[in-house]
Amino acid sequence: MRIPCPLCGERDAAEFSTIGSAPPPRPSADAPMEDWHAYLHLRDNPAGLHAELWQHIHGCRQWLRVMRDTRSHAVASAEACRP
Amino acid sequence: MTRLATCGLIDRAQTLRFTFDGRAYQGHAGDTLASALLANGVRLVGRSFKYHRPRGIWGLGSEEPNVLVELRDGARQEPNTRATTAELFEGLSARSQNRWPSLRFDVMALNGLLGPLLSAGFYYKTFMWPAAFWEKVYEPLIRRAAGLGRAATAPDPDRYERMHAHCDVLVVGAGPTGLAAALAAARTGARVILADEDFALGGRLLAERQEIDGAPATGWVARVLAELQNLPDVTLLPRTTIFGAFDHGTYGAVQRVADHLAEPAPGQPRQRAWTIVAKRVVLAAGAVERPIAFPGNDRPGVMSAAAARGYLHRYAVLPGRRAVVFTAGDDGWRTALALRDAGAEVTVVDPRDRPACPGLRVVAGARVVGTGGRLCLISVRLDTGEAIAADLLAVSGGWNPTLHLASHQGGRPHWDEALAAFLPGTPPPGMAVAGAAAGRFTLAACLADGAAAGLQAARDAGHEGQPLALPRADDEPAGLRALYHVPGRKAFVDFQHDVTADDIALAAREGFRSVEHAKRYTTLGMATDQGRTANVVGLAILAEATGRGIAETGTTIFRPPYTPVAIGALAGAQTGPDFRPTRLTPLHAWSARHGASFVTTGAWLRPEWYARPGEAGWRDSVDREVLHVRRAAGFCDVSTLGKIEVVGPGAAALLDFVYANDISTLKPGRIRYGLMLREDGFVLDDGTCARLSENRFFVTTTTANAARVMQHLEYAHQVLRPELDVSILSVTDAWAQIALAGPRARDVLAQVTAQDVSNAALPHMACTEAVFAGGLRGRLYRLSFSGELAFELGVPPDDAEALADRLRAAGAEPYGTEALGVLRIEKGHAGGGEINGQTTAGNLGLGRMLSRRKEFIGRVMAQRPALVDPARPVLVGLRGDGLRTGAHLLEPGAAANTANDLGHVTASCWSPHLQAQIGLALLSGGQARIGTRIRVYDALRGQDGEAEVVAPVFIDPEGTRTRA
Amino acid sequence: MRYSALALLRHALTGNRSWTPAWRDPAPKPAYDTIIVGGGGHGLATAHYLAKRHGITDVAVVEKGYLGSGNVGRNTTIIRSNYLLPGNTPFYEHSMKLWEGLEQDINYNAMVSQRGVLNLCHSDSQRDAYARRGNAMRLAGVDAELLDAAQVRAMVPGLNLDSVRFPVKGGLLQRRGGTVRHDAVAWGYARAADSRGVDLLQNTEVTGIRVQSGRVLGVETTRGFIGAKRVGLAVAGNTSRVASMAGLRLPIESHVLQAFVSEAVKPMIDTVITYGAGHLYVSQSDKGGLVFGGDIDGYNSYAQRGNLPVVHDVMECAVQLFPSMSRLRYLRQWGGIMDMSMDGSPIIDRTPVEGLFLNCGWCYGGFKATPASGWCFAHTIATGQPHALNAAFRLDRLASGHVIDEKGAGAQANLH
Repeated sequence: MRIPCPLCGERDAAEFSTIGSAPPPRPSADAPMEDWHAYLHLRDNPAGLHAELWQHIHGCRQWLRVMRDTRSHAVASAEACRP
Repeated sequence: MTRLATCGLIDRAQTLRFTFDGRAYQGHAGDTLASALLANGVRLVGRSFKYHRPRGIWGLGSEEPNVLVELRDGARQEPNTRATTAELFEGLSARSQNRWPSLRFDVMALNGLLGPLLSAGFYYKTFMWPAAFWEKVYEPLIRRAAGLGRAATAPDPDRYERMHAHCDVLVVGAGPTGLAAALAAARTGARVILADEDFALGGRLLAERQEIDGAPATGWVARVLAELQNLPDVTLLPRTTIFGAFDHGTYGAVQRVADHLAEPAPGQPRQRAWTIVAKRVVLAAGAVERPIAFPGNDRPGVMSAAAARGYLHRYAVLPGRRAVVFTAGDDGWRTALALRDAGAEVTVVDPRDRPACPGLRVVAGARVVGTGGRLCLISVRLDTGEAIAADLLAVSGGWNPTLHLASHQGGRPHWDEALAAFLPGTPPPGMAVAGAAAGRFTLAACLADGAAAGLQAARDAGHEGQPLALPRADDEPAGLRALYHVPGRKAFVDFQHDVTADDIALAAREGFRSVEHAKRYTTLGMATDQGRTANVVGLAILAEATGRGIAETGTTIFRPPYTPVAIGALAGAQTGPDFRPTRLTPLHAWSARHGASFVTTGAWLRPEWYARPGEAGWRDSVDREVLHVRRAAGFCDVSTLGKIEVVGPGAAALLDFVYANDISTLKPGRIRYGLMLREDGFVLDDGTCARLSENRFFVTTTTANAARVMQHLEYAHQVLRPELDVSILSVTDAWAQIALAGPRARDVLAQVTAQDVSNAALPHMACTEAVFAGGLRGRLYRLSFSGELAFELGVPPDDAEALADRLRAAGAEPYGTEALGVLRIEKGHAGGGEINGQTTAGNLGLGRMLSRRKEFIGRVMAQRPALVDPARPVLVGLRGDGLRTGAHLLEPGAAANTANDLGHVTASCWSPHLQAQIGLALLSGGQARIGTRIRVYDALRGQDGEAEVVAPVFIDPEGTRTRA
Repeated sequence: MRYSALALLRHALTGNRSWTPAWRDPAPKPAYDTIIVGGGGHGLATAHYLAKRHGITDVAVVEKGYLGSGNVGRNTTIIRSNYLLPGNTPFYEHSMKLWEGLEQDINYNAMVSQRGVLNLCHSDSQRDAYARRGNAMRLAGVDAELLDAAQVRAMVPGLNLDSVRFPVKGGLLQRRGGTVRHDAVAWGYARAADSRGVDLLQNTEVTGIRVQSGRVLGVETTRGFIGAKRVGLAVAGNTSRVASMAGLRLPIESHVLQAFVSEAVKPMIDTVITYGAGHLYVSQSDKGGLVFGGDIDGYNSYAQRGNLPVVHDVMECAVQLFPSMSRLRYLRQWGGIMDMSMDGSPIIDRTPVEGLFLNCGWCYGGFKATPASGWCFAHTIATGQPHALNAAFRLDRLASGHVIDEKGAGAQANLH
């Protein structure tokens, strides 16, 4: 699998580390516990286009938001979380 | 001998000696083991898996199901090697396998008599009574009987390597299609890799006697190869199998670099595993002839008609003098003619209505219904009732395109009724399938198809060029009547696994009608050849048995590897000491010189203790080191701690966010012990945070969590707080870090630096830039992990040894990780046994560190009911003989069961200072239990005792030593 | 038709022509008491125990492909109950006990082979962690032994204990652990459930879950609507997709786990070995193939296939542990889709939808759990309440913090 790092170019996925699904925006500190539970634990987990977070740990160390199809593994886009 | 005097692509000038089952034979350079055996008239070469039936050579290449041998001897012994792909070399030795006592007389062949009893899935229906007998009697018998060859028992002496390559166009297969594709692509200037599993490039052209532009095709092959070889951006990889199509144009390949040699040359790898990233791929893997299932079709002497032709043309071996060719199509007739021309007496049996042919006896409208002979074929029976004496039965059931790679990513093949073949479905992105692999079987079509696919692939990869001028070649398609099966008993479908047509019918009868069910129930296609020859015939029989068509029946899923790949090749050079990187601290050599033994901690090697002459064992060394710290001063290499600099205007804000305690209130020049939580509220790591200046922090992590904390900080910054202006840099390798501890630590320090290190100038938890004796520039942190007056000294790695020498000269002695562990247990510091991802700050007695005045990672989720449950185990100390880490804790007198489990011992040691066995534990209701006794349950090590529950800090709970 | 050696002989004498199908191929009824979605190991076991233990036989198992087409046929066939945490250990031990009596229970030889599961350790801290685990097992009545290096050497010939990099210091052994012929588990449960009247509906894909006023009414399928009072989902790998049809959002990600098998060779490993210094577990099947498993690929996937880095990693570990395996060849690889839960442990529970039950989140651990999972799920469906054995596997445990995190890895699916 290849991940198109916006900074380094396309690289083998072995250079990256992923945490899986990109979580929604982090709730505020005073948000109810259900929001925090949903943020931390619940996932859409689609069979299809999926937003996920990868870090180019053996490269530029940027965290990337990658749109990838979980059925075909085709990558639609990858952008740095902090451009 | 059946070797012909002329023709073939072998080098008769080079004679090679080899042995098979201990007997000596001779062959030639250019032979495979199979061709050489055939040339020597050896026809019985193996035994099948289940019934141990005699087996002979069926195929010509990697599709071979039958002839598996143990190749080479000793540590290089390699079971299940196909004789059809093993290149002959001088001194080759091979043995037949899965037979006892000999190949000719195999006791296990008795299984064959039990055939009806050992039908598909029989083992699911029996061996159940008595219950205990399965593991004690039946299964050991089955295990011994199963398996094929034997693995070597000694480590593999050869080496392997892995290689990465990128190209514009990868061409898989160097037959006519692949050569044309590679040439068309290469002429555009594209970077081309052409790989073929064979040692000679040319594919089927080597096995045929065909013409291109009116001359033998081998001449065209030579010219194309010569041109390709001279192009700078073309890589030719013979002996290389592309075994898998992975995501995004990544292909796995294995190159047999030295398998054609007795042993690899010095420095040469035996095999090389490639990872090839290709912009475009042309799959030109050709096609393989399939058998026909008819009774007795597995007898040695029954051979693929195309293979028979191949042995004749490429290896100059006449595989039979009295041959019957059983063919359902025109292709088998080519074999008949070739055998005739080579002097054999040939009968053609064709179910179709065929005219007579000069020099051939033709039995049209007939089928083969049986064969005779014990270990080798001697006769062939037809449905006309006729029996024909024969030593070769060449069978042609049509061709299966080799479409595996096209299906590795889920593209399902589709059935083409006209061609009677499965054709590739949607190939992986970037792949085109050409030639016979795509069902185009004539030479002219292959050349045209390959040239077009090669050019298109190059264009898609960004190159431009002209279409190839196509050479002239035969374009007459071979007619075929689909014939898969002639009814009758012992009609084999999967030769290696002994799956018969009856087995498949039985599976269907029992409800295993799905093709995947039938495969799993009968083991059809699960042998080492992965059903290359068997599957389509099996599907056809299943389709017939279930009353469905072949198209509806479909294929099983194709998975890598295309052919089996040596495990060692994939491991590459990551073996032995190079299995994983080894990290050494700057003081490694120094420690080794001073008697250290080392312990593996993740990737690191750390000194565990420094033994001295006269010490009886490790405990002596560790006790001495601990006491020296408690009584004088010791120093320890702590360079493995994760070290991270966090720099910038947003640094304090970021650290406030990732640490559970306040950091922004820290003054420059001061240090704080820090605790990080995961977002789920459990403890991630502890460490220290030194504020070097307003916007510059130096963070340390535990050795184990260094990488994870670095990633966590980057995540917190880039994903959660991107607005902060911060740089985060790992400086673990930039600093040698030495902990200096003990009541005399300041005296020692005063001898290695001229700086004022008094309590007033450098109080507890202060830090400063420092210059050490000899002009070594570094940093000085006043920190204690041991409970003693202590400092940490940081210097550039190159200066570490000089500093260590000076510390030692000043009276400090080095101590290792074991003493470090004892010191921290005595002081009650949480370590890896307690910060295990399952504990909260409160559990570790650190609940008060959680800031109430700010937001931080983990704050909210740490308040979940189960995390603040007062019944959660908390950190306590234990004192008692026989305490060992991993023991569980129970109320004295309570029954030993899960419900009564109160916690466990997380760390334990002998404290030479206290002269007692002490430990730390996570104990439910621990605070309230201090002062009571607890049962220490260690059934695993045969111990059951008691201990006293005490506070977790054994040494100087007031901290006066630390602050001295 | 009862299976036995005698039956085998009788059929052999008549040319094996009178064997009858192992299960019927019924048309769906308009409605059932209970529908189990998923004809894999867990779903079929659930149907068996619903029928056998609870007398509920008006049951359909709805399977989108063929029976056993999911993870029950895509694992490394290992069974064990060597768990650490109290929420897990009794459950997996119950599973082990059911394995031990499985063949007699279902009259099908699934080749339960208790050849031992040995977890190797390579450092003092790892041995300490195994000691903690082994003692937890003993407290739960599970067999566990801590071996030293010499005992490991004696038990596993050919194992390289003296690796320069990560020498073997010992191991945690569960002798009752072992392997089972995976496909046979599905087939055996299927046949047993069918024989008690359960309808096994193959090639029937659930396309919707009909819910009205918070109550489940049945499932929409490619063969039409099928009504049911109770619906149990046992579709690990696809749980999120199917549960979303009932409006549920779950603490699960789908990840691919690869496994590998070598060419068959004569017996060389008699025990299941797991490596402590890398991701590898290996055993040898009765057929002779070495079966390897490793880590998940790490990215979300429904593709049932993985990539090369894990292949390399697994083979490196294999050669490190058994240097003589280097010249053997790997023959086949496959990928299964795992329900990776956020704490690494499963869920067997009711759902907020009345009558809808959930069995999911098995991570790598699903195969060994098959009997107990079916047993507990059947109990939960039949009684409407979890059994004590699956009481910890609650759907709401992450919200309340009652996590069952064996590895201590935290709320990141791919770390478990």
